[in-house]
Amino acid sequence: MATQPTHSETAAEVAEKGDFLHSELYLTQLMRRQLRLSIVCGLAFALVLLAIPLLNYFTPDMMATRVGGFPLTWLILGVLFFPFVWIISWIFIRRSLAMESAEAQRVLDGNSGR
Amino acid sequence: MHIDPWILAFAAVTVFGTIWMGFRSAGTAKTASDFFVAGRSVSVGWNSAAISGEYLSAASFMGIAGMVMTSGYDALWYPVCFACGYLFLLLFIAGPLRRFGAYTIPDFAEGRFDSPAFRRIAVCFVLFIGFFYTMPQMKGAGVTLAYIFPGLPYWVGVAVVGAVITLNVALGGMKGITLVQAVQYWAKMFAISVPVFVLLAIYGSYGSNLNANKTHLDVPAPMVGQAVPGASSAASSVVRKELPATAPMDAKWISPFGALTTKPATAAGLTGAAAKPYSLLYTYSLIIALVCGTAGLPHILVRFYTNPDGVAAKRTTMWVMILIGVFYVFPPVFGVLGRNLMPELYEAAKKVEGTDSIVLQLPRILNEKYGILGSVLSGITCAGAFAAFMSTFSGLLVSLTGALAHDIYGRILRPKSTSEQRMRMFKVFAVICGAVAILLGLAVESFEITKLVGWAFAIAATSYFPLLFLSTWWRGMTMPGAATGMLIGGVLSLLSVVSTMIADQAPWATSWKTWYAARPLVRTLAEQPAIWGLPLAIILMVIVSRATRSKVPADVRMKMLVLHAPESLGLKQEYIKEHEGVGH
Repeated sequence: MATQPTHSETAAEVAEKGDFLHSELYLTQLMRRQLRLSIVCGLAFALVLLAIPLLNYFTPDMMATRVGGFPLTWLILGVLFFPFVWIISWIFIRRSLAMESAEAQRVLDGNSGR
Repeated sequence: MHIDPWILAFAAVTVFGTIWMGFRSAGTAKTASDFFVAGRSVSVGWNSAAISGEYLSAASFMGIAGMVMTSGYDALWYPVCFACGYLFLLLFIAGPLRRFGAYTIPDFAEGRFDSPAFRRIAVCFVLFIGFFYTMPQMKGAGVTLAYIFPGLPYWVGVAVVGAVITLNVALGGMKGITLVQAVQYWAKMFAISVPVFVLLAIYGSYGSNLNANKTHLDVPAPMVGQAVPGASSAASSVVRKELPATAPMDAKWISPFGALTTKPATAAGLTGAAAKPYSLLYTYSLIIALVCGTAGLPHILVRFYTNPDGVAAKRTTMWVMILIGVFYVFPPVFGVLGRNLMPELYEAAKKVEGTDSIVLQLPRILNEKYGILGSVLSGITCAGAFAAFMSTFSGLLVSLTGALAHDIYGRILRPKSTSEQRMRMFKVFAVICGAVAILLGLAVESFEITKLVGWAFAIAATSYFPLLFLSTWWRGMTMPGAATGMLIGGVLSLLSVVSTMIADQAPWATSWKTWYAARPLVRTLAEQPAIWGLPLAIILMVIVSRATRSKVPADVRMKMLVLHAPESLGLKQEYIKEHEGVGH
C-alpha cells in the first residue's frame, strides 16, 4: 500500500495527471472520512446493544424493575431499541449524503486548481 | 377433517392474489435486465416495502412469536438483531456495493479481484446460504397448511407452496416479484397488528400480560383461574390459564439467560449462577451471528441494485429499518399472550402443532365470545404467514436462480449466449432450484423455524460479511486471502452448527449428545459459532492477503474509487453490457 504522499507531491501528481479525482490524496481522505462516520455510528449502536447483556448479568435486579408491567430489560429490548436504531440511521444518512455532495464538490474545486 | 372456511378463504385470496400479480407483472418483464434487477427502475417506496416484505420471512412472522412463547426474554434478541443487522449493512456495505454496480455478489467478487475462480466460490456460498434459508420457509409452509387443513400431511403443504412460487418466479423473474413483495409487506403488517390490537383490547395490555408473569423480584402468585391478586401496582385482572407441567416457569421465562441460552450449560448439570457465564457467551455469539449475518445475506444485498441511484439506495435502507422495526414489536406480543391464553400448546405432541403455530392459533380463542371474529382474525394471520414464506421464498429463488443462470451459465459455461438464451435458462434453473428447495424442506419437519434461520445467518456472518466488509474498506485484500477466510470461516461454522443439530436430533448420534453434554463451553461455541468464526475469517483474510501481497489487483485504486467516490462523478462501471451499443 503506497505511503501517503506529501502535499507537494500531490500537487505535482495533480499537475501531471490534471486530475484531482484520481489522486491518492483524494481517495485516502475520502475513505477515511467515510469510515470514520460509519465507525462512529456503528460504535454508538454496538456499545448500547452489547451493554444490555452485561447489565442483565451484573445488575439483574435493576433490569427486572417493572415499568408499566414490563420488566425494564424487556421494555428496552422489545420496544425501545428500535427507535434508537432509527435515530442512528437517520443521523448517518444525513451526514453521509452531505459528505457525498461535499466530496463531489471537492473534485470540481480540485480540477479547477482551487 | 374440519376446515374453517374463513381461514381457508383468506389463505386462498393471498395465494391466488400472489399468482395473479406475478402473471400481470410477467407481461412487462421483457429484457434480461428486467429479470435480474427489475430494470433498475424501482422507486424507494416500492423497493423499501418490497425488501421489508421479503425480509419478513416465516421466521419473523411465525417463528419469533413461537420462540418467545417457548423461551421468553432470550428470544427477543432475534427480532432486535434482525433489525440491527440492517443498520450494519447501511453503515459499511450498502453504499459501496451499489456504486460498484455489480448485479450479484459473485459479480462483485469477480470484479473486485479480477478473478473468475473466485466468482465460482462466491456462487457456492450464495447457493449454500440461499438453500439453507429456504428450509425454514418450507417448514412454515408445512405448518400453516397443516393448520388450515387439519390432518393434511406436512409434505403436501411444502410441495404445493414450492410449486406455486417456482411458477411465479419462472414467469416473471425479479420484476414479477417486486410488486408482490411490496404488497405483501403491508399484508403482513396488517396481519400481525390487527389481531394483536383486538386481542390486547380484550385480554389486557402488553405490559399487564407481562406483569402476570412473575420475576424473581415479585411476590409469587397462584396460577389457577382468573385474576392475579394485586401483589403489584399494575392492573391485575389479566386472564391466565394454568400452565402445564412441561412449560417453563415464570421467573426463568421472563428473565434474561433463560432456557434458550443456557441449554448447553444445563445439559452439563450446571444451574443458576454457574450456568450464567455460558449463557452470556451464547448471547454474545448469537448477537454477532444475527447482526453480521444480515449484512451478509445474498438475497437481501442484491436488492440494493434495484434502486435508480445510490442516494435512493440509502433512503431505501432507512425506510426498510422503520418498516421492519415497527413490525418486530408485534410477534413477541403474540408469544406473551400465547403463554397466558393458550398454554396447552406447550404440550403439543407433534412439532407441527407446537408453539411455532401460535400466531395462527391464538386469534381463534375469540370464537368463544365473539362468534366468527376469531376465525376471521386467524384467517388474516394465515394470510400473513403465506405472504411471509411465499415472498421470502420468491426472493431466495430469484437469487439462487440468478446465480446459476447469470453467473454459472452466462459467464462460465456459455459466455457467448444471447440475452434470450439466458432468459430461457433462468426459467429452467428456476424449476430446478424450486425442486431442490422442496426436497430440502421435506427433510426439516422436526426442526424449529427460527433455529434453521440462525444457521443461515451464522454462515453468512462468518463468510460473506467479512468478505464484503474487508474488500470494501481495505486495499490490501487479495483473492487468495478472501477465499481462504471465507471458505474456512464459513465451512467450519456450518460444520459445527450441523454437528450440534445432528447431536440433538439423530437417533444414531447419542454418543455425540453425551460428548457435547459434558462440555458446555464447546457446545455453546459449536451451536453459536459466530463469536469465533468471524474473527477467524478476518484474521485468515488479513494474514493470507499479506502473504500474497503480489496478488493485489493492479488497478485497486480505481476500484476503491468506484466503491467510494460519489456516483455523480461517473466512475461507476456497468457490468451488464446490453446498455452499451444497442440503446435500451
